[in-house]
Amino acid sequence: MGEHSLNKKQGITSLRIKRILITIVLILISIMCLFWFVLLFVNTTRSNGELGRGFTLIPSTHLITNIKNLYEGTIPILNGMFNSFVVAGLSALLCVYFSTMTAYAVQMYTFKGKKAIITFILAIMMIPTQVTALGFINLVSALGLENNFIPLIIPSIAAPVTFFYMKQYMASNLPPSLIEAARIDGAGELKTFNLIALPLMKPAIAVQAIFTFVASWNNYFVPSLILHDDTKKTLPVLIAQLRSADWLKFDMGQVYAMISFSIFPVIIVYLILSKNIVGGTTAGGVKE
Amino acid sequence: MKTGKTNVVSKYNRWGYIFLIPFFVVFLIFQLIPLVNTIYNSFFENYMSGLRRVGPNFVGFQNYSALFKGGDLLQYFGNTMIMWIMGFVPQILLALLLGAWFANPSLRLKGQRFFKTVIYLPNLIMASAFAMLFFTLFADGGPINNMLIQAGMIAQPIKFMSNVWTVRSLVAFMNFLIWFGNTTILLLAGMLGIPADLYEAAEVDGASPTTIFFKITLPLLKPIFIYVIITSLIGGLQMFDVPQILTNGSGDPMRSSMTLIMYLNKHLYSKNYGMAGALSVLLLIITGILSLIVFKFTAKKEAK
Repeated sequence: MGEHSLNKKQGITSLRIKRILITIVLILISIMCLFWFVLLFVNTTRSNGELGRGFTLIPSTHLITNIKNLYEGTIPILNGMFNSFVVAGLSALLCVYFSTMTAYAVQMYTFKGKKAIITFILAIMMIPTQVTALGFINLVSALGLENNFIPLIIPSIAAPVTFFYMKQYMASNLPPSLIEAARIDGAGELKTFNLIALPLMKPAIAVQAIFTFVASWNNYFVPSLILHDDTKKTLPVLIAQLRSADWLKFDMGQVYAMISFSIFPVIIVYLILSKNIVGGTTAGGVKE
Repeated sequence: MKTGKTNVVSKYNRWGYIFLIPFFVVFLIFQLIPLVNTIYNSFFENYMSGLRRVGPNFVGFQNYSALFKGGDLLQYFGNTMIMWIMGFVPQILLALLLGAWFANPSLRLKGQRFFKTVIYLPNLIMASAFAMLFFTLFADGGPINNMLIQAGMIAQPIKFMSNVWTVRSLVAFMNFLIWFGNTTILLLAGMLGIPADLYEAAEVDGASPTTIFFKITLPLLKPIFIYVIITSLIGGLQMFDVPQILTNGSGDPMRSSMTLIMYLNKHLYSKNYGMAGALSVLLLIITGILSLIVFKFTAKKEAK
């Protein structure tokens, strides 16, 4: 046996040790990420009395009771979930449809001022929503749209980030020749967009629909400023209401159930579609 | 013949404008008008005194000077920055480390997809619900204190919510947890974009993995690095949901965790529109400058 192969063997062993150590660190980091949600789930299954008695990671049997109590309690949880679903669902739908349309406009047609328009959309991308919030609530109250979902849904039509993602995807996945072929066949422009371009954009649409849905589902700042009626509130606004109530009087099992309702739907959807989501971040994020 | 063709093409191209209409109409109504209205309001005295509305009277830059007087603004800016840095430094360090591991082909790590899925997960969690969860978990009689007492690590419960640095640490930790996976994925994409022959050449020259990391990976990552830092800083300036829910909007103890947007939110709720306007414009200017830096660097990258 030569010295060389001995060295190589040592190298492989040290690499194996390194790999094991790194895997242990990764497992610890995963625990740091998941611990809170495991604890949330366990606590949702425990009664108020059990919760007062101390810490454990063993689930109890009161999951259904807690959900039932929450449902029958003073917080309009079912309303909140329904409102959140309507707002997030419609926002996602409108956002992806019109962002694709806007991207299609600058990608498939040549017209004067196109470059300026793209630069303009890039420039407005960084304006934070909070900065225009004052004018926004003035506008909403002037239009009499307080306690209404319209000001939460319609603005998602103009979404610069989604637009850029769609434009990027279109550049590499939607050949203009295809659109020209459709034109020769005599299809109208709107029809071509709806029947030829949209189906080919499905993967990008799916990714962005999820991102928009989640962002809208989690959105707290703007809804808290314009939704005042209990029955109109979305989940984050209800959470804030729960926080500002005298929470010590609450049945803690219900509090955990309420948090679960806000967090777990997104986690479940994410775990089903995680492959698309993790890949989708970078595709839109870094390029340009 | 030729003119006929251009006519047909320009007939199609008219649709470019038509397809842009929804975006620009919505932008005009829901973003531009509010933006102009916000700037306009910043020059007017306009607030509620009890049930009576004072103003609107034009006062020039008075709202701006009032904003800087008294030191509240500086304190809230300081709070925001402290909590951002406390979350960002561990976040970028861990993201670099994880990115380097995931990008290293010779390690052949098993279960990469699982780990990426797990570390990205907190990014999708509703921040307000997450903060509410931490508030209940870290309450004086909450599960974390119970756990520490049961483990014999402490005798008395820690009052997490009444100490300046525990509250700030909790906010920073939540922000760290929410964002480090996202940062890892971004840096990893950058690292995978570095040509493999650069690494091979360095290895042939006998460079150690540490040297390779500092002399090749880091310098080539600079554009993405700057992108991550500045976008995170812009996001940090907008910090709201987590400290708002955790401290119930008070920023307690002693307003030491009150952020700029929480301050803005307070003005909006009390209908103090002049001050809210001035604060918004200030934030817009800061964000604008930071964004310009991002664009400058990303434009440079494209030119290369």
